Amino acid sequence: MKHIVDQLAQKRAAAALGGGRERIDRQHARGKLTARERIELLLDEGSFEEWDTFVEHRCTDFGMEDQKVLGDGVVTGYGTINGRMVFVFSQDFTVFGGSLSETHAEKICKVMDQAMKVGAPVIGLNDSGGARIQEGVVSLGGYAEVFQRNVLASGVVPQISVVMGPCAGGAVYSPAMTDFIFMVKDTSYMFVTGPDVVKTVTHEVVTAEDLGGAMTHSTISGVCDCAYDNDVEALLMVRRFINYLPSNNKQKAPFRPTPDAADRMEMSLDTLVPDNPNKPYDIKEAIHKIVDDNEFWELQPEHAKNIVIGFARMEGNPVGIVANQPLVQAGCLDIKSSIKAARFVRFCDAFNIPIITLVDVPGFMPGTAQEYGGIIKHGAKLLFAYAEATVPKITVITRKAYGGAYDVMASKHLRGDVNLAWPSAEIAVMGPKGAVEIIFRKDIGDADKIAERTEAYREKFANPFIAASRGYIDDVIAPHATRKRICRSLAMLREKQLENPWRKHDNIPL
Amino acid sequence: MFKKILIANRGEIACRVIKSAREMGIATVAVYSDADAEALHVQLADEAVHIGAAPSAESYLRIDRIVQACLDTGSEAVHPGYGFLSENSAFCEALANKGIAFIGPKPRAIEAMGDKITSKRLADDAGVNTIPGYTDVVKDADHAVEIARDIGYPVMLKASAGGGGKGMRIAHDEAGCRDGFLRAQNEARSSFGDDRIFMEKFIEEPRHIEIQVMADSHGNVIYLNERECSLQRRHQKVIEESPSPFIDAETRKAMGEQAVALAKAVDYESAGTVEFIVDRDRNFYFLEMNTRLQVEHPVTEMTTGVDLVELMIHVAAGERLPIAQKDVHIDGWAIEARVYAEDPFRNFLPSTGRLVYYRPPAEDRFVRVDTGVYEGGEVSMFYDPMVAKLVTWGEDRDQAIRKMRAALDKFIVRGISTNIAFLSALIAHEKYRTGDISTNTIAEEYPDGFHPGDVPHEDPAEVIAVMASMVRKYRDRAAQIDGQLPGHRRLVPADWVIIMGGEYHTVHVVPMEGGHDVQYDGKTYAVRSNWEFGQPLWDGTVNGEEIHVQVRRNGQVYTLSRGGSQSEVRAMNARAAELYKLMPEKEPPDTSRHITAPMPGLLVSVAVTDGDEVKAGDELAVLEAMKMENTLRAERNGVIARVNFKAGESVEVDEIIMELK
Repeated sequence: MKHIVDQLAQKRAAAALGGGRERIDRQHARGKLTARERIELLLDEGSFEEWDTFVEHRCTDFGMEDQKVLGDGVVTGYGTINGRMVFVFSQDFTVFGGSLSETHAEKICKVMDQAMKVGAPVIGLNDSGGARIQEGVVSLGGYAEVFQRNVLASGVVPQISVVMGPCAGGAVYSPAMTDFIFMVKDTSYMFVTGPDVVKTVTHEVVTAEDLGGAMTHSTISGVCDCAYDNDVEALLMVRRFINYLPSNNKQKAPFRPTPDAADRMEMSLDTLVPDNPNKPYDIKEAIHKIVDDNEFWELQPEHAKNIVIGFARMEGNPVGIVANQPLVQAGCLDIKSSIKAARFVRFCDAFNIPIITLVDVPGFMPGTAQEYGGIIKHGAKLLFAYAEATVPKITVITRKAYGGAYDVMASKHLRGDVNLAWPSAEIAVMGPKGAVEIIFRKDIGDADKIAERTEAYREKFANPFIAASRGYIDDVIAPHATRKRICRSLAMLREKQLENPWRKHDNIPL
Repeated sequence: MFKKILIANRGEIACRVIKSAREMGIATVAVYSDADAEALHVQLADEAVHIGAAPSAESYLRIDRIVQACLDTGSEAVHPGYGFLSENSAFCEALANKGIAFIGPKPRAIEAMGDKITSKRLADDAGVNTIPGYTDVVKDADHAVEIARDIGYPVMLKASAGGGGKGMRIAHDEAGCRDGFLRAQNEARSSFGDDRIFMEKFIEEPRHIEIQVMADSHGNVIYLNERECSLQRRHQKVIEESPSPFIDAETRKAMGEQAVALAKAVDYESAGTVEFIVDRDRNFYFLEMNTRLQVEHPVTEMTTGVDLVELMIHVAAGERLPIAQKDVHIDGWAIEARVYAEDPFRNFLPSTGRLVYYRPPAEDRFVRVDTGVYEGGEVSMFYDPMVAKLVTWGEDRDQAIRKMRAALDKFIVRGISTNIAFLSALIAHEKYRTGDISTNTIAEEYPDGFHPGDVPHEDPAEVIAVMASMVRKYRDRAAQIDGQLPGHRRLVPADWVIIMGGEYHTVHVVPMEGGHDVQYDGKTYAVRSNWEFGQPLWDGTVNGEEIHVQVRRNGQVYTLSRGGSQSEVRAMNARAAELYKLMPEKEPPDTSRHITAPMPGLLVSVAVTDGDEVKAGDELAVLEAMKMENTLRAERNGVIARVNFKAGESVEVDEIIMELK
């Protein structure tokens, strides 16, 4: 017995070293932490329960039988973040470059299966050179096993990927199917094919950073939800992020107390919307002043900036926020912003998080680039997402709500629960000038007449009252009372029951 | 007494005048331009009249429209504030023609004091000390050299119509004198269309000390002590105080009596200020007389108990001064700091935009805030960038300084940049504390401008203790989240590491009633506060002493500012801190390729196009903001890769106007 206990201690010590001191130093020299160090930072102190420490690969080709490392390149198990349970896998780059073998994949699948059984989030820390080439198709099979579980877990438990090193080829598809992707600047990259292949096939010369670094994915592609300066920063932020999410799709998102009064008035919001309808303003100021403690967790802040998405709390309960951003492209909807917001709305709906929508949208972006890119189907994604969502939906129109974009942005007609408007709201088919140039086409040459008619149109339609007279708007509210009105609405909607008809699944225009 | 007066001004001074008028039971009328439709003075006044477009030449300087506004509203008198039409005799006459009273001096006094040469001659005649010099127009360069020999170097050559440092040259020798004369004359001609130059002795280590006078139409004139205004940045006053830490009762009396003599010499009425330059040996010389209410008048009010605006209104209505010279005392000490919308870290460039947060410290016996803006309001590019005057009072100078430091720490402005950090640094400066200041102090102490690292935290331990308390509060709250594993609730550790300025500080934080006890470096700091999450000001005590720290939380980084210094601070547990040391320092991205807008404004011209080769110093574009044209120049040689804006377009601060290859 004593012998076994000694052996256990020895084995644990060996496993803790992963690929050995030298490789750990090399990992550190790259500015990266090891798999176990990362877990230490992610989880509450001492809460990690490791599984499968003693798993080894079964490959016997290419001399692999002589190279076995306990754990086989991934550390798995569960622990808590602020006392709430999460399952974790953390790929160990110091062991075979974190490459995915059959057993490595089995370990990941094991925690995913268990997370599904008990209804807890899965957080994957990715740092892997790719497939274990020595294992060939067995490794590919391992990926697919993981993919299948990602898909089945989607919408059941939250899945978060933190990409902290290379993630290339087929490996990218596991993070791609999780709910959120965080990346570390300068030390992580994601791409389907690397710079070498790109050069061979297309003769395009590009660095790994430019092709798939954190900056690329958080600005251009939108693949990355949040990018951080280093491992420590990223992991501490994931700890904070998970506070917004329920553990599974049967729970409500977790309450956390706040001293912020529900009836706090923000007088300065009364002057946020400029008198000149063409002058921009920062919708994020409204968000910060409405939510609890001025705390807003923005997702994809550098991508498709014409729409703002993210989490916050109202009276301690998490909410999802979607807002047009007048500062960027006047807040219009285009392909990227529609996709960005649609996926977020669907996440909130899947996980019982109420959605607050702030609307100031002049319409959809015109042009060949948009039409050729399929704005019809991409724009429809956002419309579809809002329409199918059954969570509480509260909409505040701050200024423009023009045309089809009005319908899309959580309008009353899409089962908006509470639709409010600021006095500055203008709900119309289009802006006054455009409308007049169509209705009074014959007057187009006469600038004075057009100006006069535009003013008349503005007078009639550039206000919230026509929409309110139809009941499309439940009330016109003072901007300074927005927080209070939303809090009361959320309280009223706390036990909202609404179900969509049974079907195998819907057919969102992908 | 008047029943209704119009205030021909905007901003804080309009608000301040409205306040006194209201206390006297007088109705007030504000005037406003397009840019000021929602301004504070418009909201405070009983009535408001729109007088034109945003540029002041089309609104606040339009005599005809303001006179019409008086007639339309039945205003019996006009208070002009300072600036704009306050020293414009044509305005006084236009009002007089319609039987409207001007709350200020008579046109003759304004005219006499408006011209430097005339005023100096008048002062001489009234027995006021004037700087040795030549009171007539200097004929030419030879003449200048001859005069200089007479009064002794160094000498100053000054445009008669000048102001704000324009058309002004200092010469230390004959060559400098010749050159200075020609340059001053050229500048005077182009700036003022008047190339008359006069000369005087140049005073070294000069102090700017001024005497407040008050006169009625019955020949009574009193002086209300002095104001020390030596702390100036490029001839713009920054901090003023009353009394002056430099002059004694005897000098005060002598200066006051000369000021009164000058006022009498021009039959002065209303409030006026006689400015003196004072040398190392307390010799004082007349500089000029300002025939209006000064920006810095509150320090006089705080130490004499007199409401100058109220007195001005009484006097304008023909009443006698209610106090005599013997009633004027000095009660304690008052300091004024001018809060400007400008970025001290960007060479004091003006900053404009929306005031996302604007929370001045609360007013009480010690603190007065004269403000012209409000949270959610706008600082426009059209007018003076001063947003508020912060005035503190103390039984003595030390207390006034302490109150000012605390008040500056509590003053929250976000959305635009302000000079608050610079003001804090000045107030805390050893030279200021000891009163060892001159008009050159700021230029000497901050020769390369003001930088965030210039001011270290006075007591970093206090900031560390406050940080530790805040972080513990956040962590304890996080640990109250729902859905924790039963029996495995999160226990927040007491030991944390605070990382500030690259240094790691270990703290032990224990929750206590109303705050935390923080053990750090062998000492215990009792940190107590009512601060709540997300609030921009941490207001509380450390070991019983009041402390105010401004907080911005962005991800893991807390930016803490206090007393003019600012630090980025992180907190993590010991293990995380150990691992954090392994994280590479990241170089900030190379922005030298980018030509960015230093402030929001309008691109007047763009001198280059894509592919142009430029040398360091070449003009790239001209940006107009706050009525100033700023030339953007290449900082290094290169080729223009891309120009992102055209002339006529407006740019936001930090927007990339063009990129170099």
